[in-house]
Amino acid sequence: MSDVSVIASFDFELFWETLFLKTYNTRLVVVSVTLLGAAAGLIGSFLLLRKQSLLGDALSHATLPGIGIAFALMSALGMNAKSLPGLLAGATITGLLGILLVLAIKRTTRLKEDAAMGIVLSVFFGLGVAILRMVQKLPGQSSAGLESFIYGKPASMIASDRLFIIVVLAITTFACLLLLKEFTLLCFDANFASTEGWPTLTLDILLMALVTAVTVIGLQAVGLILIIAFLITPATAARFWTNNLRHMLWLAAIIGAVSGWLGASVSALLPKLPAGAIIVIAAAVIFLISMIFGLARGILPRLLRHLDLQRKVGRQHILRSTYEILENTQEAHPIQNLPIPMDLLRKHRYWSKGELAKVIRQARSEDHIERRPTGEICLSESGFGEASRITRNHRLWELYLIKHADIAPSHVDRDADMVEHLLGAEIVRQLEAELDLEKPIVESPHIINTELGLQSEPTT
Amino acid sequence: MRPEHPPEFPLAIHDLTVAYHRKPVLWDIELNVPQGTLAGIVGPNGAGKSTLLKACLDLIPKTSGEVLIYGKPYEDQRDLIAYVPQRESVDWDFPVSALDVVVMGTYRKLGWFKRVGKAQRQRAREALEQVGIGHLADRQISQLSGGQQQRVFLARALVQDAEIYFMDEPFAAVDAATEQAIIELLQNFNAKGKTVLCVHHDLATVSRYFDHLVLLNMRIVASGPTSETFTRENLHKTYGGKLNLLDDVAEALKNVGR
Repeated sequence: MSDVSVIASFDFELFWETLFLKTYNTRLVVVSVTLLGAAAGLIGSFLLLRKQSLLGDALSHATLPGIGIAFALMSALGMNAKSLPGLLAGATITGLLGILLVLAIKRTTRLKEDAAMGIVLSVFFGLGVAILRMVQKLPGQSSAGLESFIYGKPASMIASDRLFIIVVLAITTFACLLLLKEFTLLCFDANFASTEGWPTLTLDILLMALVTAVTVIGLQAVGLILIIAFLITPATAARFWTNNLRHMLWLAAIIGAVSGWLGASVSALLPKLPAGAIIVIAAAVIFLISMIFGLARGILPRLLRHLDLQRKVGRQHILRSTYEILENTQEAHPIQNLPIPMDLLRKHRYWSKGELAKVIRQARSEDHIERRPTGEICLSESGFGEASRITRNHRLWELYLIKHADIAPSHVDRDADMVEHLLGAEIVRQLEAELDLEKPIVESPHIINTELGLQSEPTT
Repeated sequence: MRPEHPPEFPLAIHDLTVAYHRKPVLWDIELNVPQGTLAGIVGPNGAGKSTLLKACLDLIPKTSGEVLIYGKPYEDQRDLIAYVPQRESVDWDFPVSALDVVVMGTYRKLGWFKRVGKAQRQRAREALEQVGIGHLADRQISQLSGGQQQRVFLARALVQDAEIYFMDEPFAAVDAATEQAIIELLQNFNAKGKTVLCVHHDLATVSRYFDHLVLLNMRIVASGPTSETFTRENLHKTYGGKLNLLDDVAEALKNVGR
């Protein structure tokens, strides 16, 4: 059957049944891969925050020789050579050996960790492939199916293994939740943790033990090449949505579970496609969506916030400039709202024609500026009020900076999007009190030269 | 002859040597820091200032020597010590709030597996209030300015309620308001009889901030009350050719005795 016919044979009703666990046979497979995803998301979050993602990769690749050796040993001893606990025990041993080797190389040579990991990862994997080839030639039990550990095949799990898998996952999840506080401290500031008497080495070992458990348990479903993606992708996707660690852990677990569920369901239907790849692709799609739309750090929300800020700043500038021109061209007080020529406005702030047209368009859409048939522009009634408020706040702020420049006010936020809120009613009142001013509009502390547009800009 | 290190000293260092890859960074350090002092550790770049703090706190292995906290090894006296690491030593992109970081100062007393409760959060809020950023408690730490981040670290040390405070360059690259907040905090510690050991890099402010001074350049060049230790001769010995701008020294010395 070619790939095309695999996809063509897609049966929607069957898909539905599988997705919602209607058939008993797939139910346990899908449930265990979903649980695996949740555990991987949770523990992967800490692996990511500890900045040890690559170590997880080295670990998973280093499990392969263990699987081959365990198979050969159990076969030689006349046991069931494909007993899952036995194979996974072998995987764990060589996996940990790989990590220890990375640490040893880092300690004894001056190689950096990434180089050490690269070496261990490839050597162990190569060794594993060679051993698998050799055990295939052994007489006795068939080694067919061992390669499912490389690419993953959830369907190859047999019923008795699933209970074992679920128990291990439950234990690791529980341990991770129990050590939430300790792991958080370790990941954020290990030195501080150490001065406080926390055994950071033990905590690191515990964390790696949990990662090892999830990796090894996940080998059969996802395969050792892709298991690292299952650990890391949900965590990185979750990070785009929140700045809160607890929320991130929950989200990562959910994203992991959903990818596992989708991946296992699809691969149950299309057994020719490698399950690990489908699971990882499902996770990657969620990652992509999160990267673009994630509320906390996604690309799109960031872009929108930036554009919004640009619009606000532009609006403030045009209103203030217009007001300043009105002030400079009139003798009388209070000043009157008269039309002014565009040229004057453009010179005032060195705006290019295009820039000016854009900010004016925005101000017009907010009903702050009207365009006269003569080509001049004029503030609307609400625009005039807004312009005098903005100008006044700007000058209060300038005066404050000039007077207290030696002590930066602690409530000044560097967040640029606060520019407008910065001078909210409360702060304006504080500024007035500070500066002992009650005048409706204060004079600018510096000279505004309308002709040349020379002007200092302390706030922007 | 073994120099005296009586147990009434909050910090006594005897014959401390630290080496990285067999290259010594600190040589034969002998140091007594008296009770209730604000002690500054000053020296050129690469003099081993941070290393000295880290060696005292067992963060890096000692090649030889011992460090005593009130006459006992550090492991037995952890409750008496608070550590403020360099601000750059952690990832400020970490998904926690200012309050979460300060609460970490209570973890030791809380112990294994126990959850943070109301009491711990309340203590942390008070500490943030004390360093003047109570209103930023729930903000994510990457959205704080450098000075505010430094204050979060100070608040965490406050929550630890220690007797000796080890601070690594708290004044580095902070705004004037934070500098003022740190000075007030130091004076507050001083008034309560606590001891502060602070790595510092700005010679111009040494005599204003600290009443005790340790001049370090791989070994202790001089240590004692600032009024006696902060001299042209000692500074030249510490900085050697690196302080060739005599004006800097003159400027720094002008502040002596203020």
